[in-house]
Amino acid sequence: MADLKVNIAGIESPNPFWLASAPPANTGDQVMRAFDAGWGGAVWKTLGEPIVNTWSRYGALDLNGQKMMGLNNIELITDRPLEVNFREIAEVKKRYPKHAVIVSLMVEAKREAWHEIVKRAIDAGADGLELNFGCPHGMSERGMGSAVGQVPDYTCQITEWAKEASTIPVLVKLTPNITDVRFAARAAKRGGADGVSLINTINSITSVDLDTFAPRPTVSGYSSHGGYCGPAVKPIALNMVSEIARDPETAGIPISGIGGISNWRDAVEFFLLGATTVQVCTAVMHYGFRIVEDMIDGLNNYLDEKGLANVHELCGKSVGHIRDWKNLDLNYVVRANIDQNKCIGCGLCYTACNDGAHQAIGAKPADNGRTEVWVIEEACVGCNLCSLVCPVEQCISMQQIPVDAEPCSWEQYSSGKGKLAPRPQDNH
Amino acid sequence: MSEHSASSYKLGELKPALSRNEALAEANRCLFCYDAPCTRACPTHIDVPKFIKKIASENLKGSAKTILEANILGASCARVCPTEVLCEGACVLNDLHDKPIKIGRLQRYATDPFVMEGTQLFQAGEATGKKVAIVGGGPAGLACAHELTLLGHEAVVFEAQARLGGLNTYGIADYKLDIETSLKEVDWVQSIGFSVRTNTRIGQDVSMSELLADYDAVFIGVGLGSIPTLGMPGEDLAGYEDALVFIDTLKHQSIDQVSLKGQRVAVIGGGNTAIDAVSQSASLGAEKVYMVYRRGREDMGAYDHEIDLALSKGTVEIVYMAQPTEILGEGGKVTGLKCVRHRLKAADASGKSGIEVIEDSDFVLPVDRVFRATGQAKYRDFFAGVDGLEVDRSGRVVVDGNGKTSIDKLWASGDCANGGKEVVNAVAEGKAAAQHIHQALEAKTHG
Repeated sequence: MADLKVNIAGIESPNPFWLASAPPANTGDQVMRAFDAGWGGAVWKTLGEPIVNTWSRYGALDLNGQKMMGLNNIELITDRPLEVNFREIAEVKKRYPKHAVIVSLMVEAKREAWHEIVKRAIDAGADGLELNFGCPHGMSERGMGSAVGQVPDYTCQITEWAKEASTIPVLVKLTPNITDVRFAARAAKRGGADGVSLINTINSITSVDLDTFAPRPTVSGYSSHGGYCGPAVKPIALNMVSEIARDPETAGIPISGIGGISNWRDAVEFFLLGATTVQVCTAVMHYGFRIVEDMIDGLNNYLDEKGLANVHELCGKSVGHIRDWKNLDLNYVVRANIDQNKCIGCGLCYTACNDGAHQAIGAKPADNGRTEVWVIEEACVGCNLCSLVCPVEQCISMQQIPVDAEPCSWEQYSSGKGKLAPRPQDNH
Repeated sequence: MSEHSASSYKLGELKPALSRNEALAEANRCLFCYDAPCTRACPTHIDVPKFIKKIASENLKGSAKTILEANILGASCARVCPTEVLCEGACVLNDLHDKPIKIGRLQRYATDPFVMEGTQLFQAGEATGKKVAIVGGGPAGLACAHELTLLGHEAVVFEAQARLGGLNTYGIADYKLDIETSLKEVDWVQSIGFSVRTNTRIGQDVSMSELLADYDAVFIGVGLGSIPTLGMPGEDLAGYEDALVFIDTLKHQSIDQVSLKGQRVAVIGGGNTAIDAVSQSASLGAEKVYMVYRRGREDMGAYDHEIDLALSKGTVEIVYMAQPTEILGEGGKVTGLKCVRHRLKAADASGKSGIEVIEDSDFVLPVDRVFRATGQAKYRDFFAGVDGLEVDRSGRVVVDGNGKTSIDKLWASGDCANGGKEVVNAVAEGKAAAQHIHQALEAKTHG
């Protein structure tokens, strides 16, 4: 059995699976039940000056019968009194001393206000703090949340204030609602952040009622943009995590990955791209705390299979596999290959390639009433599209074609240092 | 992932293996219910959504462990369980817009790569020095022996037949479970490390009193015996036999040797062994298969889905409200089955209607073969030879909820105690008995 214990920026956790700061981590009762189910840590629902919530709060994107592929919310930070939250945090730490309790914070942009809430969270027994500079709805209208995260100078300034008062590690939670997440991460680091967590939710309107014209979630006929999360946002989160891991200015900064993590495989992807822990919300809101059992079991089996002793050995292993586009090999040739024994004759690869890509698949009615398809090799640019639309496992595979040419990147080619292998467009 | 399709299914498989693509699509269709009805419906309470979720996350090892920790015969149960009335019958999707999740086939997908490939997932517990004799190497005995071994006790299985597995090996229709699959599973179960003495009949080769003296506890899981003759004329004719023998014969002989092409068959009985014999006869090419049952369909023990499967073969006819009275023959061979018709009498106080023979209602079914599937015998003589062992009027060993019998150190489970249920029931009961034996042995040790 591998060792799942992790240490992120000085915060120790029995495993890398944390509840994200969100409804599942709203109360002491929930957090304790989550720890009993196996979660290694929890980022407490954001504390600040009490707010009042609307009633209707969540909206979801369903895709082809799969429920909640994306989830949107307009819920604000905690609506329970601060003293109740702090009392419950103390209780949880007393009963679960080895689990990680990170307290998410958000107060107005005043140094004293930040000093005070940081001290109160530490007094309650928090193992770490997470500064919520990401919440994109409601709080941002009041100059908090993503209103801070979108301005690097504010991010740096408030991180400094929190660090002045803190004796425990401080993570800064970043918003994806920016043009380049690296600037936000650099600002957090400049301000003294011990680590970053990302992504917070994305500005979104999930759907509109076609009869009432009201977007969802609907509050008395009106809506407001919400924060989008769930499986649909994972690719965006993976990229942002990797950008911070690759950026020379922030490389090595501890990262807690967030965004669409539903199972151990998703988590491993975040680790490989540089995260040390992962935070989960939507999957818990869908299926409950019990999902962590397979996350732990699956990660354990995977680490054993790979011969890795712990999670830290996984961290960042894929970062070196990411390059700027200009450094990719232009002479790496792949071509689609259709296994005719597996083909069910749906013709989807044909229509996708013919209308949507490079006209490299031929088709004709087959004797059995289906559609016969074949690859036009000289036209195929190896784009993968046909293999992506094919509904049959391993029916269309992308096969590497050996070429009589040295690897050559755009950088090399455009500087006259490389030679391109022949390409399909040369045939036209 | 290698393919695990066993090669020897002579009549084709009722529920073939799923490909990876099929399994993932099916697993992702599962709603992952809370306190799931499918789990509650399973006698071994396999956490079904949990193992399915692990298939979806491609944690196949975790999935197999989830199944096999609950039910060590999870690979054969995946094939032989009447899932239509257990887990799949309980699936909430039945009430939605959908077919239930193919739980049995997903269970096979998860367990075959380990059980059929002989990859061990368990290890024997730290030795306690206690010895337990297991009488009978069928599903109940194997489940009991495996659980005891996990708990650190030395289990020794005594089996009268040459092979382990009981009905799984000898008595399940080939289109559900073939002999190779059963034997591979048996080998895998045994590979945790308990010893086995085959061809050893207790009460004959070794006495029960010896076992009770030599072992710290004894478990009886002998199941049921053969199907007794019915006491009508003509039962000595060639072509008349026990339906279980007919089912077993196909497992050991080529399809040509057991072909029923051009023959007509009658199967006597209305239970699941009868319906298996009917379906197997039809699949073996019989031109007509009669199923003769003394009451109506509502009283038949066979599952509806099995009856529908048999009727779908086209050559099957169920003769309700009829009782065989004589087997007719010529030259020592069966030529027909003579029956009388029954009718229902007025219901008694319990609401159950008796039956009575209709006078002069004789008719003859022109058949070449007759198989009796009218209920397996209990091992009454064997139980009578065990001093003080309480047996009920129908010949079942009397046990409490833990499989404990009326006498010290002796437990019993499976068909011999429940009168004849599913493999999955025998596994659940054998495992529960093992846990109770463990408690009793621990209590003795720690006084």
